[in-house]
Amino acid sequence: MTHPLHPPQGDEPDARFQADVPVRRERRSPENPERLYILTGEDSERAPLDLVTLIVAKGDPSPTAQPEQSAVVRLCRTPLSVAELSAYMALPFSVVTVVLTDMLAADLVLARAPIVRSALPDRSLLEAVMHGLQKL
Amino acid sequence: MDFKSSDTLTSGAITGPRAQDVLPATATAAVKVVIVGGFGVGKTTMVGSVSEIRPLTTEETMTQAGIGVDDNYGSETKTATTVAMDFGRISISDELVLYLFGTPGQERFWFLWNGLFEGALGAVVLIDTRRLQVSFDVIGRLEEKGVPFIIAVNDFPDAPRHPMDALRRALDLEQGVPIVHCDARHRASSRDTLMTLMRYLHSLAVAKA
Repeated sequence: MTHPLHPPQGDEPDARFQADVPVRRERRSPENPERLYILTGEDSERAPLDLVTLIVAKGDPSPTAQPEQSAVVRLCRTPLSVAELSAYMALPFSVVTVVLTDMLAADLVLARAPIVRSALPDRSLLEAVMHGLQKL
Repeated sequence: MDFKSSDTLTSGAITGPRAQDVLPATATAAVKVVIVGGFGVGKTTMVGSVSEIRPLTTEETMTQAGIGVDDNYGSETKTATTVAMDFGRISISDELVLYLFGTPGQERFWFLWNGLFEGALGAVVLIDTRRLQVSFDVIGRLEEKGVPFIIAVNDFPDAPRHPMDALRRALDLEQGVPIVHCDARHRASSRDTLMTLMRYLHSLAVAKA
């Protein structure tokens, strides 16, 4: 990393240094949300899957399974997040959740729910993450 | 590289993770952090510099109803937009996995992925001092949603440099929100940025306890 962090030191003046920031944020006021629709339709029919819910297959693909389901079973012999499934299968996240909802109902896969932020984050969890980052 | 055909699935052409990218069977829990910022601010660069896997992309398609449809006598116009989000992964331990999502700054895209922010431990708002304004809206949204965040200034070589307190005033930040400089291209710098976020989250947890 070659570029210096400010404040500039030494005798060389830093032409990029500007004491004043020319713009300033104003607190937001509510605005009308835009109307948007996801193509796959009803949300209520889908299992509550997060991008980082880990999916694990419970067995071998059935010869009669839909190709999407066979692909999920093949990919999830070891845990894989829904986001990674979406990426490897080149399918939108919402479509993958529809496929997985059926598979969860048919007991073909297990879903390991993520740890989400709660009102009081778990200090030991954060410490574990910091410990892991330090090893990078 | 990006060709996708409808017969991808039936032809069995799906390539899964490379052998070295497979998670151990012991992986039982995942957490996520969102890196959010304007177009070209370096989100994907940061994800890529610190991820243990080559960054992947998840996509979502949405349709947007035409504005002012009442004036169109029912000929409602809709446009389909594909929104992509790059992400990476860091194995924290045999059981715990951290995912990093680089997310467009516009909130109208956020809802496409369930719980993207609601479930995240926190967020890194990546900013470019040449285009500070593009981060204003996202900071406001995070404040409203109660998502804890830090500010990381991606130090582009030709970007103006400001004193930290001037930046803090310009961004109208709550007391205690950390601002750090980083170089998103470098793994150590990106890691340190994530570490700053974790320390901040930890301090919030300690303060509440």
